[in-house]
Amino acid sequence: MSNVEKEKVVELIHVDKAFGDQIVLEDVNLPIYEGTTTVIVGPSGTGKSVTLKLMMGLMRPDSGQVIAFGHDISNISNKELRKIRMNFGVLFQNVALFDSMNIFDNIALPLRERTDATEDDIRRNVQEKLEMMDLTGADKKFPAQLSGGMLKRAGLARALVLDPRIVFFDEPTTGLDANKSAEIYRLFHHTQSELNYSAVIVSHDVPKIFKLSDFVVLLAEKKLHGCVSPEDFQLSDNPAIRLYVEKNIGPIYSSLIEEAGFYETF
Amino acid sequence: MCILVRNVIFFEEIAIYPSKYCRNFQFGLIQTTYMLKILEKLGHEILYFLETAGRMGIFLFQSIACIFLPPYKLQPIIRQIYFIGTRSIFVILFTGTFTGMVLGLQGYYTLQKFGSEGLLGSAVAVSLLRELGPVLTALMVIGRAGSAMCAEIGIMRNSEQIDALELMAIDPYQFIIVPKFVASIVSMPLLTFIFNFFGILGGFFVGVSLLGLNSGTYFQGMYSAAVWADVEMGLIKAFVFGLLVVWICTAKGFFLHRERAGGFGAEGVSRTTTNAVVMASVTILVWDYLISAMML
Ligand SMILES: Nc1ncnc2c1ncn2[C@@H]1O[C@H](COP(=O)(O)OP(=O)(O)OP(=O)(O)O)[C@@H](O)[C@H]1O
Ligand SMILES: [Mg+2]
Repeated sequence: MSNVEKEKVVELIHVDKAFGDQIVLEDVNLPIYEGTTTVIVGPSGTGKSVTLKLMMGLMRPDSGQVIAFGHDISNISNKELRKIRMNFGVLFQNVALFDSMNIFDNIALPLRERTDATEDDIRRNVQEKLEMMDLTGADKKFPAQLSGGMLKRAGLARALVLDPRIVFFDEPTTGLDANKSAEIYRLFHHTQSELNYSAVIVSHDVPKIFKLSDFVVLLAEKKLHGCVSPEDFQLSDNPAIRLYVEKNIGPIYSSLIEEAGFYETF
Repeated sequence: MCILVRNVIFFEEIAIYPSKYCRNFQFGLIQTTYMLKILEKLGHEILYFLETAGRMGIFLFQSIACIFLPPYKLQPIIRQIYFIGTRSIFVILFTGTFTGMVLGLQGYYTLQKFGSEGLLGSAVAVSLLRELGPVLTALMVIGRAGSAMCAEIGIMRNSEQIDALELMAIDPYQFIIVPKFVASIVSMPLLTFIFNFFGILGGFFVGVSLLGLNSGTYFQGMYSAAVWADVEMGLIKAFVFGLLVVWICTAKGFFLHRERAGGFGAEGVSRTTTNAVVMASVTILVWDYLISAMML
């Protein structure tokens, strides 16, 4: 991985964040490189979603900088922030589809509101995304009428409909069975190689998720640890990472090469 | 309230253990801490009020500014007019008619005491045009559409749908708030007109058809007494009420997460909606008085 010459799309620099007197993040630095996949892991409630929200500009840091596409979005007008967000795609932890619109309109919404595409183009584009996500036939249903896995896939379709340059995933597979989550990751792998976006994924699916990632970061004790390749992550001698790896994967490290191509075989 | 209770407990404690608090110096010290607590609470209260007022003010300003900024989309506005206006017509028609009828009935017996039943038409028309039309219409719209708007936006806030809009670079003001503002401001005067029209007909029905007043007298009295100023006052009120209703109801939902009582979950939405309805209704009545006082 030659990440040296790769451009940073989003970067957290010395970021602090607290809610009242609960300190969540302390002096956090995290670069996201163009075209790569960064996975954030860590125990529940440590601030992974908060980290994502900071990167997306939904929360502002108490101090430090959040650079997205060359602009410091922690200190920017709403209008400019909106311009930068044109490059963002997001899959929320709770999906956050618009529950009073059907799936088709949900996916078409960014196109209708943000582009001048004709209704024909929109229909074609949305239909294409629905097919990509195996959702054909569900377009007239409302979010409340879909299963959890279908919702996640619809959310993914909405996140990708405008060809974003970076996509944020907040636990794309929680609440799904192993099969369904493998399917989400297969879709992710497939769409990323097709659309070539950078991705930031918050996930509890270790070590499964490692096969898709270029960088792995551990969030523990208010700090980020790592930001290294999955192999290095599992072999790291950083005590926090060691602890996490031993708890979640076990001390035995299985070779990555054995299972390469795992996701293509579905 | 909490402070009061604690004060009471504290004094009971003094009654039980007088020796513990006998020294004046200590007593004074504890009193001072209570005073400070009260002051602190008062300060919090004032800060919260100022913060809310500022937020609501900015919200209003931003919403109105967004009305005049592109992109202009007609379809969402029409859909909202259908919801706020068209779907309210039946309720307005019904309440208008009965308000007019009761005005006719009460007015007739009151005026009869002075032998001036001939003034019934003007009495009904003037009270409807100036006061009852705009106020009752606004109250009905709050109950029917205002509460619904607040709950709808509140749920969108709660389930991160508004964040999702922001992240798709769609301005939530443009997308959610503006259509409701325009629709409310347009619908309210029209609904008030419908209310007045059927109110006058209701008064006519009771006065003329039931109580036997001469129909010429009813309308003649109305023509001579109701002047343009009355209509104008009614229109201005309807316009202002339209703005107030949509402002309060949408802002309450939009800032659900900032509610001090906690805007969380279904209960947060229901509590905030109730708050919005009460606040909007009270504000309408206050502004009704203010506008009347200014224009009379
Ligand atoms: N808006 C908020 N106000 C106050 N505290 C918050 C807010 N958002 C998050 N927190 C707190 O910040 C901490 C981190 O929350 P966060 O949602 O980022 O956890 P997480 O790492 O995403 O956990 P999970 O894996 O369970 O999703 C939690 O203790 C939470 O209570
Ligand atoms: Mg989370």
